[in-house]
Amino acid sequence: MDVVVWSRIQFAMTAAYHWLFVPLTLGLALVMAVMETLYVVKKDPFWKKAAQFWIKLFAINFAVGIATGIILEFEFGTNWSNYSWMVGDMFGAPLAIEGILAFFMEATFFAVMFFGWNKVSPKFHLASTWLTGIGATISAYWILVANGWMQNPVGTTFNPDTVRSEMASVAAFWEVISNPVAVSKFCHSVTSGWVTGGIFVVGVSAWYLLKDRHSEFAKKSMLIGAIVGLVGSGAVMLSGDSSGVHAAEFQPMKLAAAEGLEDGGNGAAFTIIPGIKVPKMLSILATHDVNGFVPGINDILNGYTDNEGNVIPSVADKMAMGRQALDALAVYRSAGDPAVKADALAVMNANVQYMGYGHLSAPEEVIPPVGVVFWAFRFMIGLGMLIALVLLLALIAVWKDKLGAWKWLLWAAIVCIPLAYITGQCGWIVAEVGRQPWTIQGLLPVNVAISSLSAGAVKTTFFVFLAVFALFLAIEIRIMVRAIGKGPDVEPSEA
Amino acid sequence: MPKRIGIFSFFTSLYRDGFRNMTWGKPLVWLILLKLFILFAILRVFFFKPAMKGLTDQEKSEAVGAVLTKNHNEDTLIITE
Repeated sequence: MDVVVWSRIQFAMTAAYHWLFVPLTLGLALVMAVMETLYVVKKDPFWKKAAQFWIKLFAINFAVGIATGIILEFEFGTNWSNYSWMVGDMFGAPLAIEGILAFFMEATFFAVMFFGWNKVSPKFHLASTWLTGIGATISAYWILVANGWMQNPVGTTFNPDTVRSEMASVAAFWEVISNPVAVSKFCHSVTSGWVTGGIFVVGVSAWYLLKDRHSEFAKKSMLIGAIVGLVGSGAVMLSGDSSGVHAAEFQPMKLAAAEGLEDGGNGAAFTIIPGIKVPKMLSILATHDVNGFVPGINDILNGYTDNEGNVIPSVADKMAMGRQALDALAVYRSAGDPAVKADALAVMNANVQYMGYGHLSAPEEVIPPVGVVFWAFRFMIGLGMLIALVLLLALIAVWKDKLGAWKWLLWAAIVCIPLAYITGQCGWIVAEVGRQPWTIQGLLPVNVAISSLSAGAVKTTFFVFLAVFALFLAIEIRIMVRAIGKGPDVEPSEA
Repeated sequence: MPKRIGIFSFFTSLYRDGFRNMTWGKPLVWLILLKLFILFAILRVFFFKPAMKGLTDQEKSEAVGAVLTKNHNEDTLIITE
């Protein structure tokens, strides 16, 4: 395997590891905030105790997950230096805002939440708990602004003098932060975190019920967990629909790969699994029109006319235009004559939206690994629906007082905890593997974004990471399991 | 009249008393410190040196520009009116 593949594997492992902690942080933040709100509103000390227990698990997850995202930034500078330079401030600004915001919100409100039970008023403490969760959520937004830009690079222009994509104005910055891909990714990711948090609470509560321990606490926690998880599930479906429409509009190859759609058409069917299709459903999901045109892989390769009547060039034509842009860039950067520079700049600007295609050597290079994306998409949807069903049944069981009779549901809830993590990882595989070969959609393929490194150096750091990550994950699981085993008996002074 | 505490003093005592009275949270603090040490004192220093460290912005532009325009030149450019 070459340096590009090793760097991608390393980045994927780091991102996947980071995403083990983020969804539970987002989800538990909401659960504990709701419970503490019940304590402040109802003045019932039970909810204080319940909130404290889930805050404890939140803190464990937070402590192990903290700074795991920084490793991604190390990798940008070391493995993906061409990319890092080219994206410049566009990428750096959201990440810097995220870093500063996260530090200050976490350093203040997390500390009050964690240490301040006996030092501040209940309302101030409640505000800190909410703000801890809101801070984590806002942090996620800035990260997803950066990621969304890579999927749909809006609001920037390529500067041939600096070789960077730059934001020219405040309006451009607004365009970047309101990028529809970023907004739907944010909603989808955060609400999937609510589902993870919800099923985690339901699963842990189910374990207590199976062990016949802390039954009252477990039932009430299960109720809150199920409600949070179900609200999250509904929002995940809505934001997933929005993500599908955006994929159809901005990354049609990703959608075609996720569907394994070789030849598209009007009124396209949705494949549940190979051999079982729902007529017209793909067109409805992708275009919100029962007869909307959805391009397949071959349509994208050969060119097609989209639903607005725009003629989308074939990949071969885009490659030709991309080469023109790169040739013009070369001339612009080497020419001394202002007239020649002006001509070259005009050619480059006319073709710049396809500049990345100029690096490709064959049209088929734009096709991502279809099998991986196709099955990851199905696992994501299938497991997500299974989890939503378990959450719904848990809610009914609590409501109808059937938890004692439905032991199978308690086991199912426990099994759903790791499944929620697999679902989230599948979602990211669809999003990131599905956009290959691009680091920046249409502008920069991964083999050009890479630094000048040896595969051996990347391999070494990959295995170092693997060892370090495995160690920390084992420690987290051990501390988390011990805390769950001990149960909700933490007094405020013991924090 | 109760004594007013400044925000700096409040957070100082919050952290000081919080860490002092920690029970189950202590291993987590050590875990965070160990992790930050591994990240910044080992991985960052020995394994993750920025590839373009030490270059000026102009040199970085040249380096990335050269990668982007490799195999592309004046001979292949067609300027159409």
